[in-house]
Amino acid sequence: MSAIVDTPPQTQNYLRHWPLVAVLLAAFIGVPAFAPVYVLEAILLPFLALALAGVGLNLLTGYGGQVSLGSAAFMAVGAFAAYNIQLRLALALPVTILLSALTAATVGLIFGLPSLRLRGFYLAVSTLAAQFFVQWALTKFGWFSNYSPSGVISAPGLTLFGYSLDSTTSRYLLALTLVTLITLGVWAFTNGPLGNDLIAIRDNETAAQIIGVPVLKTKLVAFAVSSAIIGVAGFLWAFTYLRTVEPAGFDLDRSFDILFIIIIGGLATLRGAFLGAGLIVVFPLLLSRLSALAFGGMIDSGVLELVQRIILGSLIIAFLIVEPNGLAAILDRVKRGFARTF
Amino acid sequence: MSFLKRITITALAVATLAAGSAARADEQYFPLQSYRVGPYAAGGTGFFGGFIDYMTLINTRDGGVNGVKLVWDECETEYAVEKGVECYQRQKSHADIAAWNPLSVGIAYAMIDGVTADKVPLITVNHGRTDTTDGRVFPYVFPLLLNPYSETSGIVNYIASKEGGLEALKGKKIVVLYHGSPYGKETIPIYELLAAKYGFTVVQIEVPHPGNEQGAQWLQIRREAPDYVVLRGWGVMNPVALTTAQRNGFPADHIIGNVWSNSEEDVIPAGDAAIGYTAITTQASGNQYPVLQDIIKTVYDAGQGNLSDKSRIGSVYHNLGIVNGILNVEAIRIAQAKFGNRTLTGDEVRWGFEHLQLNPARVKELGAENLFHSINVTYDNHEGEGYVTFQQWDGKKWNVVSDWIAPDWALLRPIITKSSEAYAAEKGLPIRTSEEADQVTQ
Repeated sequence: MSAIVDTPPQTQNYLRHWPLVAVLLAAFIGVPAFAPVYVLEAILLPFLALALAGVGLNLLTGYGGQVSLGSAAFMAVGAFAAYNIQLRLALALPVTILLSALTAATVGLIFGLPSLRLRGFYLAVSTLAAQFFVQWALTKFGWFSNYSPSGVISAPGLTLFGYSLDSTTSRYLLALTLVTLITLGVWAFTNGPLGNDLIAIRDNETAAQIIGVPVLKTKLVAFAVSSAIIGVAGFLWAFTYLRTVEPAGFDLDRSFDILFIIIIGGLATLRGAFLGAGLIVVFPLLLSRLSALAFGGMIDSGVLELVQRIILGSLIIAFLIVEPNGLAAILDRVKRGFARTF
Repeated sequence: MSFLKRITITALAVATLAAGSAARADEQYFPLQSYRVGPYAAGGTGFFGGFIDYMTLINTRDGGVNGVKLVWDECETEYAVEKGVECYQRQKSHADIAAWNPLSVGIAYAMIDGVTADKVPLITVNHGRTDTTDGRVFPYVFPLLLNPYSETSGIVNYIASKEGGLEALKGKKIVVLYHGSPYGKETIPIYELLAAKYGFTVVQIEVPHPGNEQGAQWLQIRREAPDYVVLRGWGVMNPVALTTAQRNGFPADHIIGNVWSNSEEDVIPAGDAAIGYTAITTQASGNQYPVLQDIIKTVYDAGQGNLSDKSRIGSVYHNLGIVNGILNVEAIRIAQAKFGNRTLTGDEVRWGFEHLQLNPARVKELGAENLFHSINVTYDNHEGEGYVTFQQWDGKKWNVVSDWIAPDWALLRPIITKSSEAYAAEKGLPIRTSEEADQVTQ
């Protein structure tokens, strides 16, 4: 019945999405054709990985209201799982990615169990345990890094149906494809019945339970799906961006980065994860290149770095004062302003 | 207003530079992935300060290397891998790169594939991935002077000499307190191996990065009651280890520091707790060496010095930066003797590093006698048989307490070869011959 009601507005919606289509066309065709290697390697690849992690965490925190400080741990699980699956089972790349996502989902499910009893800050602290436990386990047991003496492993090459995906452009296209598909999936998920249940739980858990929302199941599904997505983000970080994997790269700072991405970008919006990742990844680089251009050699580069941090911090505070709902809300306001003007 | 003006002027200058780059003079560029903030800033400022000071000296005193000016710029990494990778991507577009010197094992690991494809050398002086010593497999990576295994062998030999010979190690117990990072873990297997060979017990304890809390680790050390503790630290971990050792009643003169736990910045914050502490080094501290006197006269007296705190001139990290400068500059000079006094390609500089042979007489000519001993790099030995010495802290300065010691290279080489050949097999890399090493991309 609901399908009959929904159909007419959806056909109208296709036109509404032209900016998204334009962005995707530019990203899939324009960028690989024209962008220099630096932009792909140093900006877009980390941007895609962190944006995807943001999408995953936003599902849990933004839509579900479950605060997590363990995102980097799930990234690490995804990256190390992919490495070990490729090393020991030598499966096709899509299967490897799927299995590593499943591994991350399983670990996420286990650490999601406390969410059945805990809320808010208490849950945040219990996800912190995931952060420390995973890093400890990966460091402690050499098996995970195939007994590499320093604990750093170089990511093996990527091949798909016999083609090598090691060039910068193909790694970028791989990352972009995964991010696009998963984001579309999350869009469908959040607009579906499970997404509505999740939002109901976020807004009032007791009320949700009374109207018959399966709270326990929904929370666990949210943890599993979110961790699986963040696991794929970890795969992207390790295999398409850095191409080395070490547990220290997935520390608490990275978890905070991802949390900041969704808070600054806008909770419970898909755009927010991308806007936030843009601010966290791209903005510091712009700032540092700009200041290197303007003051390079004149001021001690350490002082310059600290000044950049102060600027970045102040800007984040300013953004949040102007619009507590994040960059996505600012973007909406700008769009409405344009609509009114023209 | 003046700020805007400055930006405009800079933009114009950059535009002019870009336009005039076709007609530029001979230059050799060093991309410096430095770190001046974060927990490892003391090492970063000292090392890169020394490196820059030496390059400034060469430019001012000699007018460059045979007329080729040295230029550089800095990109802040904070010792974090992803920042170092971004810097690599940013700086590699610059023309005329001589060599990379990131001073971080994690960053170096992430760059190995990249620099090999670019054909530009990657220098990891006194640290790095041990099996890159085998230049047959890693043509562009150089753990100059001292790789982690040689360092380990040097430390064990020194402990043996204090105990009265290698036989006396039997039944002794040594704790290795290591930094929880790729760098810290690099020596775990070699300590196990040497323990089995010489009959001592080794207990290896990790201190999580950055290491500003070590109560649990020293409690364990107290229970183990070892004869010696080897401190394989980095940055803030070192003074914390020394003060915690004092609180736990472990004598400082039975703690032996490794090559990244040997600086003034490691001992001064520990105060009295550091008196008697001994550490390995490849380069002595102090500013009495002619090359340092030149740097003080030519660079610092002209207000061109890189260190903001002049009391750090001649400190361990500063001197390591200077020695690193000497090694890089001499590699260029040696390559110039073969390829001509002009800007060299990265591969030509690689050839220079593979013929970087400085005997004690040449080191003396460079004004660095007793600052460091010698180096003898070949196409298949990218470490170059550096010598080590030991220094003891007396509360004010480091005093050398041993001769120049040679690590047991013959013992270590088969382990290194085994590891590098396994890497070559895993990655499908060829084993380079000496003829192939002589083919240079111009």
